[in-house]
Amino acid sequence: MATEVAPPTAAADERVRKVGLLSRLLTRPEVGALIGVVVVWAFFAVVAHSHNFISWATTSSILNRAAPLGILAVAVALLMIAGEFDLSIGSILGFSGMVVMILVTPTSGGGFGWALWPAIAVSLLFAVLTGAFNGAVVIATRLPSFIVTLGSLFIFRGTTIAVTRLLTDRTQLGQLDDASGYELARKIFASNTTVFGSQFNVAILWWIVLTVFATWILLRTRSGNWIFGTGGAVDAARNVGVPTRRVKIALFIGTALAAWLVAVIQAVQFTGADTLRGTGQEFQAIIAAVVGGCLLTGGYGSAIGASLGALIFAMVQQGIVITGVQGDWFQVFVGGILLGAVLLNNYVRRRAGRR
Amino acid sequence: MQRRIWVGALLVMAMVAAACTSDNGSEPSPSGTSGGAVNQRGYRIAVVTHGQASDPFWSVVANGVQAAADDEGVTAEYNAPTTFDMVAMSQLIDAAVASQPDGLIVSIPDADALGPSIKAAVDAGIPVISINSGSDVFADLGVLAHIGQTEEVAGQLAGERMKEAGVTKAICVNQEVGNAALDLRCKGFSEGLGFDAEVLPVDLNDPGGITQSVLGAIQNDPDVDGILTLGPTASTPAIDALDQAGKLGDIKLATFDLSTDVLDAIDKGDMLFAIDQAQYLQGYLAVVFMTQYLATGAVALGSPDRVVLTGPQFVTKDNAADVIQFTNEGVR
Repeated sequence: MATEVAPPTAAADERVRKVGLLSRLLTRPEVGALIGVVVVWAFFAVVAHSHNFISWATTSSILNRAAPLGILAVAVALLMIAGEFDLSIGSILGFSGMVVMILVTPTSGGGFGWALWPAIAVSLLFAVLTGAFNGAVVIATRLPSFIVTLGSLFIFRGTTIAVTRLLTDRTQLGQLDDASGYELARKIFASNTTVFGSQFNVAILWWIVLTVFATWILLRTRSGNWIFGTGGAVDAARNVGVPTRRVKIALFIGTALAAWLVAVIQAVQFTGADTLRGTGQEFQAIIAAVVGGCLLTGGYGSAIGASLGALIFAMVQQGIVITGVQGDWFQVFVGGILLGAVLLNNYVRRRAGRR
Repeated sequence: MQRRIWVGALLVMAMVAAACTSDNGSEPSPSGTSGGAVNQRGYRIAVVTHGQASDPFWSVVANGVQAAADDEGVTAEYNAPTTFDMVAMSQLIDAAVASQPDGLIVSIPDADALGPSIKAAVDAGIPVISINSGSDVFADLGVLAHIGQTEEVAGQLAGERMKEAGVTKAICVNQEVGNAALDLRCKGFSEGLGFDAEVLPVDLNDPGGITQSVLGAIQNDPDVDGILTLGPTASTPAIDALDQAGKLGDIKLATFDLSTDVLDAIDKGDMLFAIDQAQYLQGYLAVVFMTQYLATGAVALGSPDRVVLTGPQFVTKDNAADVIQFTNEGVR
C-alpha cells in the first residue's frame, strides 16, 4: 500500500512546492498594486518620455499629489479590512478645514479670530466626534455603513456650507497665513524640501509614516488581528472575544482623523479652505484601497497596497496631463485601471483560495 | 497560470494605451519640428482652467483653444479638475509645468491656492497668460497678460446703458451673495448709473422664491424702472415676475451671461440686453497671444495694465438672432 501511494505523494509534493512558492508571492494583497505601479510608470515613461516624465519635477508632482490621497487611503483600507465603508471622509475633510478657517478668521470677517493652534485642536476634536458619530450610528442601527456614511456625506457637507455662509456670507476663506502660529504649522504640515530643484511636500513624510504605522498595526499587533477578524468573520471574532464594536468605532475615528490631517495640511499649504474641498475624495480613497488589494467584503487587504493604489492614481492623474492627452480622458483611465486591478486581485485571490 | 496575470496587466495597459494613442493620433506630434501644414511651429501649450469641458460655458472656451491651436499650427492641451477643486487644479498646474510646455495658460479663481504653482511655472521660465478669472492678481504672479472681463467695468457699462434707456431707479438682483465677483458687478452698475442701485439678495436654488422677491420689490416701490440680474438663473424668474405684474417691457430688464431663455426674451423684446464675456475669445486669443509671444518675444498688452477685455459684449434685439446661431455653433 505504502509503496503504491508514494509516487502520487511525490508528485503532489512537487506540485505543492511549486504553488507554495507562487502563493507566497500571490497571496500578498499588495502584489497586484505593485505590478500596477511598475506597469503604469513604465507606460508613461515610454509614452511621455519626450515630455520630461522621467524627471525630479514630474516625480515630485506625482508624490505631492499621491500623499494626501495616500493618507486617506491607508485609513480607509484599515476600515475596509474590518468590513466597513466610510463615504463621508471627503465631507469631513471639507468640514475640518472650514472649522479651522472659521475659528481663525477675524471677527470682522464673521469668524472668531482665534490663533491657529487652538483652532487646529478644536477641529481635531470635531473630527473625532464625526468619526465616532459614524461608527456609533452604524453599530446602533445595524444599517450597512455604506448607507449611514452616504447620509453623513450630505450631512457634513451641508453643515459646512450652511454654517460657513451663515457666519461669514462666503464659501471660501483665506489669509490663514495672517493667523498667529502659522509659521510653526507651516513647518509641520506644509513645508517643502527642495531636491534637485523640485519641491517635495512634507505631506509625503506623513503619508509614509502613516503607511508604516498602519502596516505595523495590521501585521504585528493584536489590534491588527482584531481588524482582520472583524472583517473576515465578525461573529466568530466576537465569539472568541474580539471587541468588534470598539474596533469599528476606532477605525471610523481613524478615517475621520485621516481626513482631518489632510484638511489641515491643505488649509495650511493653500492658506485657506473652501466649502467644496474634498468633494469626491471618498471614492478616490476607496479606489486606491481596492486597487491596493482590499476586498469590498472585508477581511483582506493591506495598508501598503492602499498606498501603492494612491500612487497609481496620482501617476495616472499627473501622467495624463504630462502626456498631453485631453483631460476629458482622465476618468476613462481611472475606471479602466480600477477594473483591471480588481480583475487582477480577484484572480489572485481565487488562485490562493483554490489551494 | 501565471500567464493570466500578465494577460490582466497587459489588458489594463492596452486600455490605457488605446485611450491615449487614439487621442494623440488626432493631434499633431508635439515634438515634430518639420511636420505637415498643420503643425508648422511645434509649440506645445498647456491650458489648465477651473472649468470642466463638460460645462456649457467652459466647453466654449475649450472650443476656442482648439480652434486657435489648429489655426496657429500649435498643440494645445486643455485640462481641468473634474470638480471645482482648487487643490486638484494646483496639482494639475504642477504636472503641466513638470512636462515642460512651451507656454502655459491658466485661469486664477483663487490666487491663495494657485499662486505658488503659477509662480513656480514663471520661475521655471515658462511664459504664462491668464484667462477668465484673475484680472486683479495676475500681475503680482508674473503672468504676462490677462484676457477676460473685469466685473466692475462690465457692471459700469451695463449701468451706463440702462441710464441711456432712461432708467431712474434700479435694482441689482444678486443670486450669490458673498461671491466677490458679483458684488463688483453691482458696484460697477451703480457707478455706471450715477446713483445707487438697490441690491436684492435672492437664493440661486429657488427660482419661485426669486420671482416672489422681485415681484415684492417692484410692488413695494413702483418707481423702479430698471432691473439687472447677475446671471440667467435669476433672469428667467425675473421675467416671470414682470410678466405677473404686467410690466414686461415697461421695466427695463438686463442680465449677465447668456442662456437660451435669455436670448429668446431679448429676441422677443422682453429684455433690454444681456452682457456676454465672449469666453470663446478668451480661449482663442490666449493661444494666439502665446504663440506670437513664443515666435516674436512680444505679447499684446491690450491696455497699460495688461488686461485684454473680451467683454462686456452687449446682446440686444438687433443681434440676438445671430448670437443664437453662434451659440448653436459652440462659439458663444
